[in-house]
Amino acid sequence: MLRDLLTGFLPEAVADAAVTFLVVFAVINFALVVATMLTFVERRVIGRMQNRIGPNRVGPNGILQAVADLLKLLTKEDIVPRGADRWVFHAAPVLAFAPGLLSLAVIPFAAGWILADLNVGILFIVAVTATTSLSLFMAGWGSNNKYSLYGAMRSVAQLISYEVPMVLALVSVVMLAGSLSLREIVEAQSIPFVLVQPLAFLLFLLATTAEIGRSPFDLPEAESEIVAGYHTEYTGMKFGTFYAAEYLAGFMWSGVIVSLFFAGWKPDLGGPVWWFLKTMAVFFLFIWFRGTLPRLRIDQLLHLAWKVLVPLSLANLLVTGIEVLAYKAILGVAAEAPLPLAGLAAMAVVNIAATVVVLLVLAELLKPKERAAGSAVQGVGVRVGG
Amino acid sequence: MVPVIAFWSLAALAVVGALLVVAVRNVFRAALFLVLSFLAIAGLFLTLHADFLAAAQVLIYVGAISVLLVFGIMLTSDVQRGSPNSSLWLPGLAIAVLLFFVLALAFTQGAWPVAEATPLSPTTGPLAEVLFNRWVLAFEVVSVLLLAAVIGAVAVMRRR
Repeated sequence: MLRDLLTGFLPEAVADAAVTFLVVFAVINFALVVATMLTFVERRVIGRMQNRIGPNRVGPNGILQAVADLLKLLTKEDIVPRGADRWVFHAAPVLAFAPGLLSLAVIPFAAGWILADLNVGILFIVAVTATTSLSLFMAGWGSNNKYSLYGAMRSVAQLISYEVPMVLALVSVVMLAGSLSLREIVEAQSIPFVLVQPLAFLLFLLATTAEIGRSPFDLPEAESEIVAGYHTEYTGMKFGTFYAAEYLAGFMWSGVIVSLFFAGWKPDLGGPVWWFLKTMAVFFLFIWFRGTLPRLRIDQLLHLAWKVLVPLSLANLLVTGIEVLAYKAILGVAAEAPLPLAGLAAMAVVNIAATVVVLLVLAELLKPKERAAGSAVQGVGVRVGG
Repeated sequence: MVPVIAFWSLAALAVVGALLVVAVRNVFRAALFLVLSFLAIAGLFLTLHADFLAAAQVLIYVGAISVLLVFGIMLTSDVQRGSPNSSLWLPGLAIAVLLFFVLALAFTQGAWPVAEATPLSPTTGPLAEVLFNRWVLAFEVVSVLLLAAVIGAVAVMRRR
């Protein structure tokens, strides 16, 4: 429609470029506004959970609080610490923003609403978000501050550890859909994959929480231990950029979880409303985690990743692979075709039962031996089960 | 037109990045420029319709190798000024010149055939076919080798 309007007085190539630019511009701005508003939403919800009110003074119900914060951050003085590596220091917040924005390109918001339908979509997201650790390291190193560096080291250890179970959990979903494209994964979900792959969903949810550094995995910026971690030395809008990038990543990953496990925009109501509501629901889960769980220690964090999540995700991958092959053989479907509805339903029944058993066994295994040590790890196990 | 512009700007970015890796004194920045070069090469893969390879390049080189480099750099003594002049500069220079001539010879003398067939559009499936059917033995051998390396590293560390 817009394209027809523009081709009236512009050459076709320029009109195409203009339309592309406008669409991307709109999506980016929408995402940024959502990320900004989420900071407010989180503060209000966390306030409720902690039995207090939260910000409610700016505008009706405090809805303009995020705008006020943004204006405040914009007018603050920009301080660069002495001895900082200036170029690295300035480049880090910009780079921290890139993964969230780039990943939005391959998420289907509604039927046909996708910026770039890459056939390696989910791999693209994993790849660009893997660069997050680099930008955090740049921030930590460039600041010339020991707390920043501690935060950066922690974040890198955390991101690398949790990428493994995340990708392994992803592969089981990819096997079901037979594609890496998020659009095709959504279309393959005649049953939402959260029912077919409950264990993969839980693993992916935990790994994502760690990936975006949210509580209980917020060690990179643990305020009670290392001031503010990698962004200790950042002031004004540079700090704001990190803050917004974090929420943008949270929004983006919620959208990815919705596309992978909650059937994305389906059932189609027209437009991206349904997708957006589901995404907000998943983000609410992240807020809920933060309101409920204490922070893990670094050793507990790595223990959980390597000794619990990685073996579980490997086992899940093996079982899913066998199931996919078995159901395809029974139903007589070609190996390349996605699994039909009957196969998915059968798998859902088996996997939900298996997941309940695994979680019960896990809760028993992870019970703390002494009360002081390991209680947080056990807390996570129980929480996931409940 | 667009692929040509993309190719030349990405190629320039890769070369400039690689040059700066050598030219910059500060080792940390040198590592960052190396990452820039890796990214440009991922872009080059994209212009060649190798989308899976491009994603893998970003995932492995930008996401993982760079972190390994940075950890290595943190163990070096003087990051700001880089490595001091080495007494091995003469053999180094000789090897560099030799390598340059070999590469130049390969570029000027080699035949550079252009594939007749149009590139495959989704490369992921065919790649898996080849990797897990025809070359499955090589693939498994590499996996075992990597596993041995990991276990070896852990064993070496535990002795301390």
